[in-house]
Amino acid sequence: MPQATELLDLAFTVNGEPVQLAVSPFSSLLDVLRENLELTGAKRGCGEGECGACSVLLNGKVVNSCLVLAAECAGADVLTIEGLTRAERLHPLQEAFVQHGAVQCGYCTPGMVMAAYGLLLENPSPSEAEVCRALEGNLCRCTGYRKIIDAVLAATNGGPPHD
Amino acid sequence: MIRTAVEVQPETTTPRKVVKQTLIGQRVPKLDAPDKVTGLARYLEDIKLPRMLYGKILFAGRPHARIMEIDAAAARKMPGVRAVLTAADIELVPFGFARDNTALKKGKVTCIRDEVAAVAADTPEIAAEAIRRIRVIYEDLPLVTSTAEAIAEGAPVIHEKIPDNVPYRFDYSHGDIEQGIRESDLIVEDTYTLQRVAHCCLGTAGIIAHFDASGRLTLHSLTQVPFSYKNDLSRIIGLPAERIRVIQPTIGGAFGSKLDIHPFEPICVFLARATRRPVQIAFTREEEFLATPTRQPMVIHLRSGARKDGTFTFRDVRMTLDNGGRTSWGATTPWISMRTFSSLYRVPHVRQHVDVVYTNNVYSCAFRGYGNPQATFALESQIDDLAHRLGLDPLEIRLKNAQKPGETTGQGMVLGTCGLADCLKAAARNAAWDVKHSPPQKQRTGRVRGMGMASLFHVGGGAKIQRSDGCGTILKIDDFGGVTILTGASDIGQGSETVIAQIVAEELGLPLSNIRVMNNDSDLKPWDVGVHASRTTFIAGNSAQRAAREARRKLLEAAGKYLKRDPRQLDLTNGNVTDCATGEPLESIAKVLRAMHFGGNHEMIMTSDFYEPPSEMPDSDHKGDISACYAFGTHVAEVEVDLETGVVRVLGISAAHDVGRVINRLGIEGQIEGGIAQGIGYALYEELKVHGGRVLNSTFTDYKLPTTREIPELKLEFIETNDPAGPHGAKGVAEAPLVPVAPAIANAIFNATGVRIRELPMTPERVLASLKEAQNAECGGGHG
Repeated sequence: MPQATELLDLAFTVNGEPVQLAVSPFSSLLDVLRENLELTGAKRGCGEGECGACSVLLNGKVVNSCLVLAAECAGADVLTIEGLTRAERLHPLQEAFVQHGAVQCGYCTPGMVMAAYGLLLENPSPSEAEVCRALEGNLCRCTGYRKIIDAVLAATNGGPPHD
Repeated sequence: MIRTAVEVQPETTTPRKVVKQTLIGQRVPKLDAPDKVTGLARYLEDIKLPRMLYGKILFAGRPHARIMEIDAAAARKMPGVRAVLTAADIELVPFGFARDNTALKKGKVTCIRDEVAAVAADTPEIAAEAIRRIRVIYEDLPLVTSTAEAIAEGAPVIHEKIPDNVPYRFDYSHGDIEQGIRESDLIVEDTYTLQRVAHCCLGTAGIIAHFDASGRLTLHSLTQVPFSYKNDLSRIIGLPAERIRVIQPTIGGAFGSKLDIHPFEPICVFLARATRRPVQIAFTREEEFLATPTRQPMVIHLRSGARKDGTFTFRDVRMTLDNGGRTSWGATTPWISMRTFSSLYRVPHVRQHVDVVYTNNVYSCAFRGYGNPQATFALESQIDDLAHRLGLDPLEIRLKNAQKPGETTGQGMVLGTCGLADCLKAAARNAAWDVKHSPPQKQRTGRVRGMGMASLFHVGGGAKIQRSDGCGTILKIDDFGGVTILTGASDIGQGSETVIAQIVAEELGLPLSNIRVMNNDSDLKPWDVGVHASRTTFIAGNSAQRAAREARRKLLEAAGKYLKRDPRQLDLTNGNVTDCATGEPLESIAKVLRAMHFGGNHEMIMTSDFYEPPSEMPDSDHKGDISACYAFGTHVAEVEVDLETGVVRVLGISAAHDVGRVINRLGIEGQIEGGIAQGIGYALYEELKVHGGRVLNSTFTDYKLPTTREIPELKLEFIETNDPAGPHGAKGVAEAPLVPVAPAIANAIFNATGVRIRELPMTPERVLASLKEAQNAECGGGHG
């Protein structure tokens, strides 16, 4: 077990708010989000970067937070699913997931929404093929993906992903 | 969004007619979706209780071995370790369908996932390290790695009570096989081999157990069957069932995997009991692959016949099921495969023998379809073969044998409503079958396309495999028109909560936002047999509707008194008591409720219902009308096969399902699309590879699931047969859409290439080998 003396200071921004923490050098970004910050929206589906359930944005790019060492995030800007909702209102992308039936058990959903959000930041009007390519690293066992793809395309048509 | 407003038709219509908007059949977003898209929904691993410890299990890692010695001293000494348990520390009560399992194992292990020891510690890291420090000395025993080995002469015995390694045999028959053979112009015989696949729930298995000061146990459990679970657990842990409370947090997928009680669950209770602290066990993905059961691998030997005109004559089935080293409820999947062989299309003579066989492989359990995907793969592949050899169109042979409403099948199932023929026609029409289905191509290189079809038969109104297949509902309405429904039905993500709310809102004329569904606490909710057998919309929906109808009757009666009107002239619409004839709102429902409460009689509306479907338990010959209604469907798959690489791409699936009636269009589409994706995985990609009893691919890197890239164009059509027994005519659908996908794809591959593949998954390697084999046979036969 890592001892207290081994902890590293970490200062970064999470969902727009500055955060300062002492973290284990072995902790992943996902560990820190879930354990230290109690942001449990990002899920641990596999712990090895294969399922995408832990997807968050790191400096505007989609990452599997289970594969990112927290210590690497010094000075970084992290956006999680909890940061997408502003003033109690669902983000249009979240609203599209709700309205299009893109959610069943929901375990993949936060990661799926964040992966789609990352895509729309880079490419505000992706084609269906581009949506499929962007989300291929996010596994879903319930929906068969069709409604997820539809939701992302609908959010695209509804305008840019920014509030 | 949802509309429940009264729509008044134009003035020109006389007399003025009111069209009431209905919620039934609309596209209703799931009630739990906002919490799920924001990350607020709490799954097992998101829950932390004060002073909670983390449990970890030591799995044997050996498929068949005697436990000679367990030395846990080093683990016990570790700081932060609060309990270490082995079989010597707990009372070993046998459980599982064959009572051949215990929480921790004593004497010997029979598969790699056998639980040998367990630890509770302050952190998951300490628990994992403590597990590493437990030393176990094993003496390996001779292995049984396949069903063929298991039933061979002199095979090692896996469980002493079952010296022949066959814990269960099932025999079924109707008609007379010999007569069926005599009546046949063509007989086809083949063997079909079905692989082991994993549920791959995105949320891994887990549990939290804690005792309160009075010794009452509360579990946060992902079970699909909370009430039988309490009963089973009670026996295993020696605590009366009334002292066990089961709370189901948001469940990250189940698909049958949580139908049994699994050893990690009583283990967690024993750890909580030993430490007097809450304990959580949450599986890693690797543990999920290794230590949760799978779908049954099966070898199905099928012989069937037909007359020249395509009329089916008989089916003779021998099936061997790889049970693995322990027995779950999955050993009873032959009950369901039997129903497909006996009753998918009309067939006068059927015989089936099933052997459920112990091996030292990881064990199997229920998985969406419950034996039906395996049976349907064999049967629909062979029906396609019969059609081909008789020179009949695959659609034509199926239509010829499709049952009509009102028929009773050879197994005694009464098909009150039956949309099979309509499903066949609709799926074919939407796929442009007439244009696209043509004889196999002779091409040797490049890519070829083909089309194939398969249908399904499944229970649609529950499955009475126990003395009760019922579900209860308790309903209350508050002073403001807010409705709380306590339903027995568990939600595993499929959306039953929303369907139940829709059904109740429809009866009470209240907006959906007024309805709350509580479905996850065994202390509060009434009994339900569980979320399985595609039964929830039908059974829980019926119960909810009946409770709501009683509440409606009471509300209208009170409104009649309050408004001094005949209740028969009143309706409930959009939150108001309205005039039946004109649709005119007369008073808000909330005001009538307050008048009931605070007025003369001091009444509040609370109703309850327990619905038991009008089905019967099968007799000792497995015959009987097991379900209140039956589900049918047909899928047509279009594929492209690369003749040089063997890669199969599914271009499109046209699916038509007899769903009785659509309640939530968005939800039912989701069930069908999700089932199709799982079916594509089953057909083409997925296999949990077990070699020498060891799992070779316990990660998503090595176990290939379908992704967004593998989803074809989908065309769905719902055949609404309006079953009189269903809520608003609805039947269950959940499992059905997975069932016919693999044979539809296999038949499409045959149509594209002329090669029939009888083993899943149809990987590029297997397809290529089959193509080469066919070419060689053709060359060798001199037809080159």
